[in-house]
Amino acid sequence: MNRIRRNPLGALFNEVNSMQEEFARLFGRVSPFGTGPVPLAAPVNVWEDDQALYVEVDLPGVDPAKLDVTVTEGNQLTIQGERAAPDIAGATWVRQERPIGPFVREVALPALVDADKVEAGYENGVLRLTLPKHEAVKPRKIQVKAGA
Amino acid sequence: MLDTAIKNGGTEQAQATGENADVRAVTVTPRVDILETENEFLLLADLPGVKSDDVDIRFEKGELTLHGRRLPSFPGKGVAHREHPATNYQRVFVVADTVAADKITAELKDGVLTVRLPKVEAVKPKKISVRG
Repeated sequence: MNRIRRNPLGALFNEVNSMQEEFARLFGRVSPFGTGPVPLAAPVNVWEDDQALYVEVDLPGVDPAKLDVTVTEGNQLTIQGERAAPDIAGATWVRQERPIGPFVREVALPALVDADKVEAGYENGVLRLTLPKHEAVKPRKIQVKAGA
Repeated sequence: MLDTAIKNGGTEQAQATGENADVRAVTVTPRVDILETENEFLLLADLPGVKSDDVDIRFEKGELTLHGRRLPSFPGKGVAHREHPATNYQRVFVVADTVAADKITAELKDGVLTVRLPKVEAVKPKKISVRG
């Protein structure tokens, strides 16, 4: 583990932007008392068309081999994993904002999907899933017969 | 002196750039870790969804500016659930002159940007040998 520098006054980085983030940090998002940051938020976006749902989860710096993605009951998507802290020999923390440790995200998908045909990929720190919709919820074209 | 309190920034600015909600982009402040070793500072920033071609890092007049552009992932598809918009990441730091500006390097891997800021020789720790 890396040591934590207690006194931020010695930092050599100043920031140019406003104080907004610092307040968020002080009042809950990240404890200023060294108890460690909050879990990775892993925000989820979902797109859809007639055939499938397309899910994107932000998981920067997470080892994809250790990601556990499951679909239960046709529409409950669960993503579990862990993000390791940077371990750099002999380093002292100047600032720590990036969440570390285990995380779980559960999302109710907006449609039933075929859990056997889910495709998953990880690129640029983003998990992308293609979840084909269950046959029962795909739109169907109804042939209208002309009057005989 | 730059040894003043860290000013931690956060600007979140909505910029409507089109009628389609998927095109709308906001600028957010990426979360960073900063670590110091004997020879360098390391700045780690979360930039999920940004390709290395879409990262812009500038060092000018003592300011280090990180900028990353994230393009919409599924243009044309309907949005069913949204927790974050298409995003531009930006954050600016004032860096002390103990950093060798011409030796700054950066690497983007798995959505994490690592910027290495080597210290100038004058501030690196030196072992002083004592003659007996």
